[in-house]
Amino acid sequence: MDILAQLAGGFATSFEPLNFGLLVLGCTVGLFVGALPGLGSVNGVAILLPITFFVPPTGAIIFLAAIYYGAMFGGAISSIMLGIPGASTAVATTFDGRPMALKGDAHKALVAAAVASFVGGTIAVILFTLFAPPLAEFALKFGPAENFALMVVAFATFIGLSGDDIPKTILSILFGLILSAVGLDIISGQPRLIFFDLPGFYKGISFIVLAIGIYGIGEILWTLDSSKGKVEIAQHKVGFRLVLQAVFDLRKTWRTMGLCSLLGYFVGILPAAGATPGSLMAYGMAKSLSKNPQNYGKGEINGVVAPEAANNAASTGSMLPMLTLGIPGSPTTAILLGGMIIWGLEPGPLLFITNETFVWGLIASLYSANLVTLIINLAFIPLFIWVLRTPFAILAPIIFVLSLVGGYAPGASMHDVWLILVFGIAGYLLRKLNYPMAPAVLAIVLGPLAEKYFRQAMIISHGDVMTFVERPLSAVFVGAALVLVSMPIISALKRRRSLV
Amino acid sequence: MRKLVLKSVSCGIALGLGLGLISSMQTAAAEWKPQKPVEFVIMAGQGGGADRLARLIQSIIEKNDFSNQPFIPINKGGGSGAEALRYLKDKAGDPHVIMATLNSLYTTPLRNPGIGVNIEEYTPIARLAEDTFVLWVNSESDIKTIDDYVAAVKKAGPEKWVMGGTGTGQEDSLVTAMLQKAYGIQMTYVPFKGGGTVAKNLVGKQLNSTVNNPSEQLGFFEAGRSRPIAAFTPERIGVFPDVPTFKEMGQDLVYFMQRSVVAPAGMPKDAQDFYVDVFRKVNESKEWKEYTSKKALNRAFLTGDDLMAYFVAEREKHRVLLKEMGEIK
Repeated sequence: MDILAQLAGGFATSFEPLNFGLLVLGCTVGLFVGALPGLGSVNGVAILLPITFFVPPTGAIIFLAAIYYGAMFGGAISSIMLGIPGASTAVATTFDGRPMALKGDAHKALVAAAVASFVGGTIAVILFTLFAPPLAEFALKFGPAENFALMVVAFATFIGLSGDDIPKTILSILFGLILSAVGLDIISGQPRLIFFDLPGFYKGISFIVLAIGIYGIGEILWTLDSSKGKVEIAQHKVGFRLVLQAVFDLRKTWRTMGLCSLLGYFVGILPAAGATPGSLMAYGMAKSLSKNPQNYGKGEINGVVAPEAANNAASTGSMLPMLTLGIPGSPTTAILLGGMIIWGLEPGPLLFITNETFVWGLIASLYSANLVTLIINLAFIPLFIWVLRTPFAILAPIIFVLSLVGGYAPGASMHDVWLILVFGIAGYLLRKLNYPMAPAVLAIVLGPLAEKYFRQAMIISHGDVMTFVERPLSAVFVGAALVLVSMPIISALKRRRSLV
Repeated sequence: MRKLVLKSVSCGIALGLGLGLISSMQTAAAEWKPQKPVEFVIMAGQGGGADRLARLIQSIIEKNDFSNQPFIPINKGGGSGAEALRYLKDKAGDPHVIMATLNSLYTTPLRNPGIGVNIEEYTPIARLAEDTFVLWVNSESDIKTIDDYVAAVKKAGPEKWVMGGTGTGQEDSLVTAMLQKAYGIQMTYVPFKGGGTVAKNLVGKQLNSTVNNPSEQLGFFEAGRSRPIAAFTPERIGVFPDVPTFKEMGQDLVYFMQRSVVAPAGMPKDAQDFYVDVFRKVNESKEWKEYTSKKALNRAFLTGDDLMAYFVAEREKHRVLLKEMGEIK
């Protein structure tokens, strides 16, 4: 078979000593870059791009893709251990990963994240290998109307979560939407909601700033408040036997892993979205399909598995539009694209024909990058757990500093640091009032995208809202969203009937 | 003589402040070089034409060691570049910030006087290139010539013919407005975030036509997915020898996108000289020459007062264009 022969050729390329060495190095570097808050795969790839001018293009892309992959795994580590999302893609991992760590199950959460990342990444690479060209064609069918309908589905998964207080969820979404509207209007460029005329608001509010504020700073305040200063540290056990046991226990989550990998991959191949929305949507989907949605947010292992499977699948998925259409699906792939141009490779529909060795070498290296990162990650888990034994009095200042540095690093702006502190306090207060914060984070990520697609669709249809129903693909999404929103109402009615 | 006194005084102060400062003052006295990584602000989002070009330039600088300190690209694309323009204004006097610009350098301050930016205050560094514009349709369409195009637009009507481009009141919408005026046609214009997305939506048949830069459509063109109809250039473009220009057909439709670098107001002269020198080397590099010829970019190097005069002249041209479009009063 043609594909298998090409893939075998690709493996031969990726196992050349230089390429394999670059792969292992890239995975390791990526893992740590991802684990440091504020240093995501974007920064890692951007900083290390110049190194790649000294190796051939295939080795260079393998190295950068390995960093990208390693960072996807690594982002979960600080989300789970410190409650600060290590990368934007790992925000959803904080929702349940941190509570698990606080319960003393950090090793289970870390293992779940690593294995789910591996499964998500591998499923995505298999899909990539088999169906790259037809999927690229499918992605072209997505115009503004379809993209908007997809965003509606994402919001619906969060409203439709049974178990949460629906009015509070909606308020939380609105809070996020208002924050996402700050900055310059997407279509006309007019300034909106520039509080106190501060120039920092022109660029809008980055969702990583909100997430670090709520989950990093808010978490410290919450821990101090709820423990009245006497922080009990759960006893964390370490050992390879426990790690292996945790891997074995994950068999119960296969359904979440599989579904979220598919979802993540699908979201990733659309040039519209990328890994961060993918992971948030996967979390929402896992929760709405779960039999025990009330456990989510309190340390549910599926809540770690879902976003991690999805974000790795999506990161592979977003390579597809970059390679076949020349459109990056995520900021990191935008930098990879820049790299490809300087190596003299032309991304686009012809890349698969004109640079076969390069493409298949890259695909094959994604298989090996997944496996290598899994092994490195599992091997380091006992070390990570050991860090968690640090007393809270020492850990809290470290979390505080990392949160501020993590917020400062991406935009190099003090404005963001002040915002993190404000959001930290706001997040803590809202949490005391039992507001779920995940919907706000989702809204600030998807808000600008949804607004842009809605307005583009409205310009094309001259203000006719029926366009969302008339276009078949978009109608399917709108239907799915309606089902999701009505689920809690139906189940509430059922409950009432059974009481009578 | 006075300079010498000043220098010794300043060295004395520096001594008091610590060793680190002295060494920096000494290098400043010789020839200015950046003391820390240079912020390379890009006034557009990731993945678009401006972003790709800026990253290519960064790579060329890194690869050939044109600067002792790295250039770190930072995208500030919000509000058609208003975010970046404002950022640069607030960085006045900072010798470690430069910005890659496009035509929104003039159009955005004209349309948004609220951001309080006057481009004449910026320090000009270098214009590297002028990018060209071409009218594109999907290759499955029957349109082969500009006459076919005009007929098709008229037949579809202004509601049904959808033209995509980047931003409102920006390059693509200006070119569209010029086209509409020249041929007396009407269409619906939809703004997208980047030229790459626009190109993809043409191939995906979400749009009827675009005015992409050649670099944005080249991949699809080579794969036989899109078709150039006519070029908005004075002469035919090297990579498309068979595509006529509007000028040949008697329409004075010529528009360029400038690709320049500017620095904040009040940048010291020796720092300005350093950056001009870096970009002069970029302009002469093998990689840049290769890329520009392959992507149909005109190499058009310009620096100093000439560049500022060019900016001011272009801004006045755009003021007229925007007024005609009704975008500004």
